[in-house]
Amino acid sequence: MCVVCGCSDNSPAHARHIQTHAGEAGVVQVNPGNGDLHFGAGAARVSVPGMSQARAIKLETDILGANNRVAQQNRGHFEAHGVTALNLVSSPGSGKTTLLCATIEALKTHAPSLRVAVIEGDQQTSFDADRIRATGAPAIQVNTGKGCHLDAPMVSEAFAQLHSHDDHGHDHHDHHHDDAHSLLFIENVGNLVCPAVWDLGEAAKVAILSVTEGEDKPLKYPDMFAASQLMILNKTDLLPQVKFDVARCIELARRVNPTIEILQLSATTGEGMDAWLHWLDHAMGHGHHHHEEPAPSAAEAVLRDRVEQLEAELVQARAALSAGTAL
Amino acid sequence: MHEASLAGGVLQLVEDTAVSEGFSRLLSLRLEAGQLAGVDVRALRFALESLAPGTVLDGAQIEIEEPPGQAWCMGCGQTVAIAQRGDACPACGGYQLQPTGGMELRVIDMQVSDD
Repeated sequence: MCVVCGCSDNSPAHARHIQTHAGEAGVVQVNPGNGDLHFGAGAARVSVPGMSQARAIKLETDILGANNRVAQQNRGHFEAHGVTALNLVSSPGSGKTTLLCATIEALKTHAPSLRVAVIEGDQQTSFDADRIRATGAPAIQVNTGKGCHLDAPMVSEAFAQLHSHDDHGHDHHDHHHDDAHSLLFIENVGNLVCPAVWDLGEAAKVAILSVTEGEDKPLKYPDMFAASQLMILNKTDLLPQVKFDVARCIELARRVNPTIEILQLSATTGEGMDAWLHWLDHAMGHGHHHHEEPAPSAAEAVLRDRVEQLEAELVQARAALSAGTAL
Repeated sequence: MHEASLAGGVLQLVEDTAVSEGFSRLLSLRLEAGQLAGVDVRALRFALESLAPGTVLDGAQIEIEEPPGQAWCMGCGQTVAIAQRGDACPACGGYQLQPTGGMELRVIDMQVSDD
């Protein structure tokens, strides 16, 4: 129920309400559905012209609402096209593009019929898109200019561009491609802060952290690691050369996100790439949930205990209640 | 500085409302940016002030509320206060926390004048 006017319309369009302070004369309410005006709907039940021109407009609107609506459209669009979209986020220089190039090459043998496309976000240049195109995969570069992140409308336009430049001969409006699945990597602007807040319509955010960075980054940039479903520790081939405590990094990541999945790999040597390809298989719907270990995690066990405890309390409360009504 | 983009979103919302409700002047604006919303309130205020001149925001008083961060602690089975993600439960010291409050990022309401 709408808490403002009490109607049953929960649509975002209905989120805009107008009303003056309760108790003031000159109350006007606008029906957002048809624009009807309701004067005198307040406590005084009357409108007095000229009495008070100041009024309050209740919005209760999400600041990110416009972005999130486009993100939901993107999500629907991706689904209709059989596209699994992943939003890759990291600091600059973590090896996102190198990982993508290696992934595209690996997928050529792992899943030859799978179509892979990339949307590249950077402030300037098309260097990254050029590197992706060199692998043969279609890529669209989005330059954000002064912007520090991709937003949902940018991805929407880039996705449309990918389709208009699609040389597979498919009709743009044909949602029934012969190949049921495709993979869309969205490489966000290198930034561990801002992209956490912007939903692009992706199936999951994947945070990439290289071992040449600090192991404490999950705690320094908690919002990003909290928003991500998977953390990839990249450049593991350099571990002998750098001081990076993998166990501590994993512990800190789980501290901000108890359910985050973690993979360790080197895009350069190919070590650990199989687990990543396996994760991608799962992300594309071959099993909706990916479990690193078959045994339930500690968090799950605690949660199960808690549910059991609450259920026991509920049974007791019900028994007490029925005993009370019987008396 | 995604606060600049967010300030643009706030301005867009206010401008849209000015068109739909037909008011002439914005007197005050009340926002809500929770402690766990990933927003720096000072940066958001600065961005709004920088954006204001020549827009409907010019001269309006802007109030930003900061609902406190809250999380459900699985260990102790209660809602606890946390200032940021990654904080330990103040009661048991554990990290099995699921944020439940302080993630709001909204325009609450505004005072306008038809003069």
